[in-house]
Amino acid sequence: MFELLTTASDLAVGLLGQAPAAAAPAPAGEDFVKKAADLMSSPRVIADTVWVLITAMLVFWMNAGFACLETGLCRRKNAVNILSKNFIVFAISSVAFWMFGFGLMFADGNPFVGTGGFFPALLSGDPAVDLSPLKAAEGYSGIFDSLNWTGVPLGAKFFFQLVFAGTAATIVSGAVAERIQYKTFLVFSFIIVGVLYAIPGHWIWGSGWLGAPSSGYAFFDFAGSTQVHSIGGWCALAGILVLGPRIGKFRQGGGVNPIPGHNMGLVAIGTFILWLGWFGFNPGSTMSADPAAISHICITTNTAGAVGAIVATLVAWALFKKPDFSMTVNGCLAGLVAITAPCAFVSVGGSFIIGLVAGVLVVFAVQFFDKVKVDDPVGALSVHLVNGVWGTLAVGLFATASAPSMGGAVDNVPGSHPAAGLFYEGGIAQLLTQLKGIGSVAAFVFPCALVVWYVLKLTMGVRVTPEEELEGLDIGEHGMEAYPGFSKEEGREAHSAGAIAPEAVEAWAKSSGKKGALARP
Amino acid sequence: MKLITAIIQPSRFEVVKDQLARVGVKGVTVTDAHGVGRQKGHTEVYRGHEYTVNLLAKVKLEIAVEDGEVEKVIDTIIRGARTGDEGKIGDGKIFVTPLENVIRIRTGEVGAVAL
Repeated sequence: MFELLTTASDLAVGLLGQAPAAAAPAPAGEDFVKKAADLMSSPRVIADTVWVLITAMLVFWMNAGFACLETGLCRRKNAVNILSKNFIVFAISSVAFWMFGFGLMFADGNPFVGTGGFFPALLSGDPAVDLSPLKAAEGYSGIFDSLNWTGVPLGAKFFFQLVFAGTAATIVSGAVAERIQYKTFLVFSFIIVGVLYAIPGHWIWGSGWLGAPSSGYAFFDFAGSTQVHSIGGWCALAGILVLGPRIGKFRQGGGVNPIPGHNMGLVAIGTFILWLGWFGFNPGSTMSADPAAISHICITTNTAGAVGAIVATLVAWALFKKPDFSMTVNGCLAGLVAITAPCAFVSVGGSFIIGLVAGVLVVFAVQFFDKVKVDDPVGALSVHLVNGVWGTLAVGLFATASAPSMGGAVDNVPGSHPAAGLFYEGGIAQLLTQLKGIGSVAAFVFPCALVVWYVLKLTMGVRVTPEEELEGLDIGEHGMEAYPGFSKEEGREAHSAGAIAPEAVEAWAKSSGKKGALARP
Repeated sequence: MKLITAIIQPSRFEVVKDQLARVGVKGVTVTDAHGVGRQKGHTEVYRGHEYTVNLLAKVKLEIAVEDGEVEKVIDTIIRGARTGDEGKIGDGKIFVTPLENVIRIRTGEVGAVAL
C-alpha cells in the first residue's frame, strides 16, 4: 500500500516533471557535480544551511502564534473553528506549495511565471535540475536560477520558502473568522498558496520583472512586506467584501457593536510567538549566516516591533482613554510587518521611525475599516495590508548605505540591494519603484482574489447560515466545543457586547436573500 | 418552611458564607449570577468603540429554613453582605418565598426533618 502511494508520488514527480522547456545546459569543463557534492561538507554550507533551516522553523512556529492570537480575539463559540483553520492552512500550504507554488514562483520560465519545477523531487546533484549548493559564480546550473544567490541545498531553499507561503495564507483566516465555511477556506488556501502568492512571488523573488528587471531599478522587498503581508492582506480584504460583516457587528442606523475577544491570555501568548517568529522571518531572509547582516536585522526588526507596540498603545490611550491591549499587540505586529521589507537596508534609527509610523497607522486603520463597514475581527487588514504597503514604501525612504546589506553603496543593484532612500539622498527613484511594485501586486492579487471568492460563493458558498453563526461555528462546522463541560456562555455574552436584536438577524437574512428559521415569513 | 434567596456582591460572599456557618446554617446552594438594579453598569471600550456592561456579576445564595430561623438568617446575610456601615447601591436583595416541601434524596425523608 505504501509502495503504491510513493510510486504515485514519484510518478507525479516524473510526469509533471522538474524541468521547464529550456533548462540551462550543464556547463562544460570542471566537474561541477563533484564540486557541489564536496561543498555540502564545507563549513560555510553547513553554517548557512543550519541558519536557513532553524529560521524556517521559527517562521513555521508563527502558525501557532496566529492560531493563539486569532482564537483569543474571537468568541469562545468559534474557537475550535479558528484553531482548525490556522492548523490545517499550513498543511494545505505545504501540499500546494510543493505541487505548484514553488515551481511557479522560483523555477526558470519567463518574467511573469516559472514554467517548471512542479511536484519537485527537491534533491540536489543533477546539473539539469539543480546543482545547489553551488552559487551562480561557482558554476550553478539547474532550473532554479532565481535561488542560486544562496548556497544551501535545494531542500533548504524550498523549506524556507514554504513557511513564508504558509504565513501569507494564514493571514486570511483571521479576517474571515466567525462566519466563513470551513470547506471554502480550505479551497481558498490551496489557491492562494498555489497561485495568488506564487505568481507575484515570481515577479519579486523569482527573478521576474519586478525583482530582476531587464533595465531600470529593481523592486526590493527583503523578507516580504508586500510578498507575504500585503498579498495575504489583499486576499483577506477580498474575502471580507464577499463574505460581509458578522451578524450584529454594524447597527442599522450606523454605529459599531464591539465584539470582544474571549481570551486575552491566548492573544498575549500568540503575539509573543509571532514576535519571536519574526526573528526567523527577517534575519533568515539573508539565507546565509552572515554575522553582520543577521545581527543588524535582528535589531531593526525588534526596534520596529517594540516602537510599534508603544506608539499604538499611546495613540489608543489618547483616543479611547484607556490603553487597549488588543491595540498594543496589533501595534507590535504592525511594526514588525512594516520593517519586514526594509529590515536589511535601514539603520536602527530608520527602524525606529518605521515602527512609530506603523503604530499610528494601525490604530487609525482599525477605526477606518469599522467606519466603512469592513468587518475585520482581528485587525488583519490594518496590520498586514496597510503596514505591508507602508513597509514596502519605507525601503524607498530609509534605505541607507551604512546598513550591512547595502555594502556601502547608494545605487540600485538588482539582486543585491536597493538605492539609498529619499531621506538618505537617494532621490525618489527607488520610492517610485516600490510604488510600482505595490501597485502591480495589488492590481493582480486583489481582482483575482475577488473573482476566486465570488466563484466560491456561487459554487460551494462562502458563508455559514445565520443560525449557525449565532450558535457558533464550533458546533456547526466541527460538531464539537472548545471548552466542553465549562459553563455555557450566557446568551447575551455569546453574541456581542451590544445586544443583537432579532431585527438585526432578520435584516441580514433579508439583505442576503437567505431564509432561515429566524426570518419572519 | 421558607426558601431564602439572596443576591449579593461577589466580594462579600466569603464573609456571608462564614457568618452563616457560624449561626448554624446547615446548607446553602450558590450560583454565579448577573443582575442589574439601581446600580448602573459600567462602560468598556474595545478597539475604539464603547459599550455598556449592564449586567453585573453577582452571587446568588439559596437557603431552605424553618419559619423560625428566617429572621436570624436574614440578619446574618445583611450583616455580611452590606458594604461598610451604611452599605452601597448594588449590595443586593433578599427574597423570601414559601417552601412547599423538602425531600432528602438519600433517605427519602420529607418535610422539616429533611432540611
